[in-house]
Amino acid sequence: MPSAFPPGEPAPEDGSLPDSALEGMPGRPFSVYLHVPFCRVRCGYCDFNTYTLPELADGAAPEGYLGAAHTEIELAARVLSTGEDRPVSTVFVGGGTPTMLSPDALGSLVADVRDRWGLAPGAEVTTEANPDTITPEVAAQLAEQGFTRVSLGMQSAVPQVLRTLDRTHDPAGVSRAVRAVREAGMQVSLDLIYGTPGESQADWQTSLDAAVALQPDHVSAYALVVEPGTRLHGQVRRGEVAAPDDDDEADKYELADEVLSAAGYGWYEISNWALTMDRRCEHNLAYWSGADWWGIGPGAHSHVGGVRWWNVKHPRAYGDRLGAGRSPVHAREILDEQERYAERVLLGVRLADGLPVAALEDAGRHAVAGLVGDGLVEGRAAVRGRVVLTLRGRLLADTVVRRLLPG
Amino acid sequence: MPALSPLARPESVPQPAATPPEIIRNFCIIAHIDHGKSTLADRMLQVTGVVDQRQMRAQYLDRMDIERERGITIKSQAVRMPWATGTPAGDQAYILNMIDTPGHVDFTYEVSRSLAACEGAVLLVDAAQGIEAQTLANLYLAMENDLAIIPVLNKIDLPSAQPEKYAEEIAGLIGCDPEDVLKVSGKTGEGVPELLDRIVEEIPPPVGDADAPARAMIFDSVYDTYRGVVTYVRVVDGSLSPRERIAMMSTKATHELLEIGAISPEPAPTKGLGVGEVGYLITGVKDVRQSKVGDTVTGERRQASTPLGGYKDPRPMVFSGLYPIDGSDYPILRDALDKLKLNDAALVYEPETSGALGFGFRVGFLGMLHLEIVRERLEREFNLDLISTLPNVSYDVRLDDGTELEVTNPSEFPAGKIASITEPVVRGTVLAPSEFIGAIMELCQSRRGTMLGMDYLSPERVELRYTLPLAEIVFDFFDALKSKTRGYASLDYEPSGTQEADLVKVDILLQGDTVDAFSAIVHRDKAYAYGVQMAGKLKELIPRQQFEVPIQAAIGSRVIARETIRAIRKDVLAKCYGGDISRKRKLLEKQKEGKKRMKMVGSVEVPQEAFIAALSQDGSDAEPAKSKK
Ligand SMILES: Nc1nc2c(ncn2[C@@H]2O[C@H](COP(=O)(O)OP(=O)(O)OP(=O)(O)O)[C@@H](O)[C@H]2O)c(=O)[nH]1
Ligand SMILES: C[S@@+](CC[C@H](N)C(=O)[O-])C[C@H]1O[C@@H](n2cnc3c(N)ncnc32)[C@H](O)[C@@H]1O
Ligand code: SF4
Ligand SMILES: [Mg+2]
Repeated sequence: MPSAFPPGEPAPEDGSLPDSALEGMPGRPFSVYLHVPFCRVRCGYCDFNTYTLPELADGAAPEGYLGAAHTEIELAARVLSTGEDRPVSTVFVGGGTPTMLSPDALGSLVADVRDRWGLAPGAEVTTEANPDTITPEVAAQLAEQGFTRVSLGMQSAVPQVLRTLDRTHDPAGVSRAVRAVREAGMQVSLDLIYGTPGESQADWQTSLDAAVALQPDHVSAYALVVEPGTRLHGQVRRGEVAAPDDDDEADKYELADEVLSAAGYGWYEISNWALTMDRRCEHNLAYWSGADWWGIGPGAHSHVGGVRWWNVKHPRAYGDRLGAGRSPVHAREILDEQERYAERVLLGVRLADGLPVAALEDAGRHAVAGLVGDGLVEGRAAVRGRVVLTLRGRLLADTVVRRLLPG
Repeated sequence: MPALSPLARPESVPQPAATPPEIIRNFCIIAHIDHGKSTLADRMLQVTGVVDQRQMRAQYLDRMDIERERGITIKSQAVRMPWATGTPAGDQAYILNMIDTPGHVDFTYEVSRSLAACEGAVLLVDAAQGIEAQTLANLYLAMENDLAIIPVLNKIDLPSAQPEKYAEEIAGLIGCDPEDVLKVSGKTGEGVPELLDRIVEEIPPPVGDADAPARAMIFDSVYDTYRGVVTYVRVVDGSLSPRERIAMMSTKATHELLEIGAISPEPAPTKGLGVGEVGYLITGVKDVRQSKVGDTVTGERRQASTPLGGYKDPRPMVFSGLYPIDGSDYPILRDALDKLKLNDAALVYEPETSGALGFGFRVGFLGMLHLEIVRERLEREFNLDLISTLPNVSYDVRLDDGTELEVTNPSEFPAGKIASITEPVVRGTVLAPSEFIGAIMELCQSRRGTMLGMDYLSPERVELRYTLPLAEIVFDFFDALKSKTRGYASLDYEPSGTQEADLVKVDILLQGDTVDAFSAIVHRDKAYAYGVQMAGKLKELIPRQQFEVPIQAAIGSRVIARETIRAIRKDVLAKCYGGDISRKRKLLEKQKEGKKRMKMVGSVEVPQEAFIAALSQDGSDAEPAKSKK
């Protein structure tokens, strides 16, 4: 079951944005996210906005979706047109499983983005993919369509863990997919999940070793979150499987950081490691640094100049709205100064680059010494004027944020 | 339903102020809790015609919301009812003043006040349960007051009723003939007219000097938002009439009588009240302390010289700290206590502060039910959220240097140099089927009881008498007793002095800091158990902090139990966000809100909920409402 939306206020039918959001916009980096809401099966832990084809049956399926997405791109271009050029710095196609669509179909979306806004030179164009959807042919076609990067949902290298996660691929499929992507000349990123019920430290070590052995450019390691409404949530509530344990996850995070660092991957965001600086995920960095992006597709979130909005979730509702010439926005939030500040702190502190101390309000600046004393923030970096989390601080980032923010 | 009394027709009913004492009968209904006093009162209201079918509702006289919800009587209620009995010369009219009383041990003082306004008592016994502990306690009280006792078995409609058996039991107890025990059903009304006839026959009419200066006993005093203080009186001598000025004999204060009346069953003004009559007065005073229970009312112009014998003030048995969860509610709590006090003479309180809980009040209660009810009323009627600390009794502590102090709060317990500690004890009476004697003796022994004696009421029922420390029975003893006797035992107790005891204060320390709200005074033998239990509870309740938090239980500087809350290692949400930053920010705002509900104990953040849960009694002695047997 897809997760619930945050509360927000109604948005205008024509999709227009307040002037405040657009002000100064051409000078800021701009990204595009494309959400593809389809999967072959729904994994028991997943609350992303995604649907299996039998769930949708009729016209809401891929063809309808593609048409609607193109319409939304057109709408976005209209709303944002300020007469000036605004080349897109990153494009990220996520899901769901984008590769449920053909490379041509995905390519047509990217092409549309390029046609409307233009792509910045060397722009990062990523798609997520389930390992068992990537063949050498598919990879080659994706590269041809302009993709530069593929993020593969590896999750684990231990068959038992993959089964618990309801994954359809096996470990061998991951290495085949990695090879295919690399041979097509694209960068590879691997997603891992730790803390799956029944996963031992040794299992996790196995998965990390396997990931490193595949020499990806980038690794994301996520702690399993039991989201309300998912099948996993039901199993935990009924006591059929054990709930993830924070201490176990902390151990696994530390192990991940150790194994990845030893293999040359540096952390640049709490859940992300890259082999070199230029192999970090620029699109992800855009999120953390509060950049502008437009999210196309059902349930997609967007942010432009302090306005956040999100589209209706169901592909049918999404298609119907756009078909009727209306904006697909479900609700939006116009952030006030305080909320924008909270977000800058909350997002920025997750990055290895950290947060400039100078960007903090008094209360935050005064909290830094205590955080250094508690071993949550790097003392050396603080002296140089940046708040950078220590390993312990990364695990306790919520505490750090609460202490940096007033009230 | 038996035929209504002919006196239900208003024109033939003797009116207040014009009723000769010879035709007045003042009685109360006394019984063990739940034996059906209020239900029997309902039938009396109906059969005498003061409440008609349409207005009737079950337990009519349980007027407070909390009484109706819990199905118990907390306040006594007096009602004037007409009744006629046939004589050879025709019907003779009578006036019955009936007082329904509470059955729970916490409210025994209500019963004793009611008794003082009567010449007789209906001793009601559930025909399916037989004599229980408060049956005995209330019977003793009535006998002490020289009242005529009419023994009655109730609930004879129940299939499980054993009227013959229990008639024997009662006859054995009060020394009458089993045939003299009336049998009624408060549910069907069977036997109720006969009972009213018997009341007329056996309860003596009030005697008083109609020509003497007025003397009326205040047996209740209630604050009413609309009418001010309503004072309930029983006239002994003389008479009171509207618009005259009255004087309170203890304070000499005088007041104008704005209204005088009788309750039948709603208050209605009358031309006055004469010898033996029961009714109410309104003088316009705003504070019940100006119209004190136990005081004697007389006329201003013709004052009586000797007051009637008053009542002892009820003494609080249990003390607990009450704190508003939101510290800014303190003034509201203070006003609320002042207001409740207007109707509850038994409520005593004084301000206190706690390092952990802030500003609050130390409040004295008659027992755990009283505590529960006061707390519930404060929360409901004044919209307060409260934390109450672990209840305790009061101790007298003598120091080596001879100083004596009264300790009603563990934080006042002196450190070291204690010569002796005295604790209150009670005389407890347990009634139960004889098969449970062993279990009851074992329980009383574990509660530091000393056996005083044992009597068989019948071959299968025994009465066991014990001296027990109040602190051992007032909190969870009743639950333990019920569970060891499958619910068959009943308990009554009354204060019976003090005794020296080996008591200690157990402190609970978080990260080395004492949390005053968790300190308790316990017997040395039970200190360890308390320490282990509290430390264990807190370990579950206090969320993990950034550092390890040791929890210790200690007597003075000697640690007797310890637990550790391990440091938290991870709180970050390390999941793919998919751009939903708003959700993340909202979560953070909620966490911040949660922080505000934290109390700092040293550097440890303790959620309010942890205080509430740790301080909640799992198993208080307040009898739950109507546990249907
Ligand atoms: N079957 C039956 N039930 C009765 C009778 N009288 C009372 N009850 C029930 O017994 C329960 C207690 O009745 P109350 O009249 O509230 O008892 P009480 O003695 O006033 O109780 P307290 O005021 O709390 O001491 C209620 O559920 C009544 O319905 C009776 O004659 N027959
Ligand atoms: C948007 S998902 C889609 C990727 C692709 N469909 C797949 O599963 O291979 C991106 C990543 O989020 C992570 N993820 C999804 N649900 C999660 C959960 N409940 N807890 C932690 N990580 C989760 C997985 O690692 C997944 O690869
Ligand atoms: S394949 Fe990916 S998006 Fe689809 S259900 Fe599984 S985790 Fe979620
Ligand atoms: Mg009652």
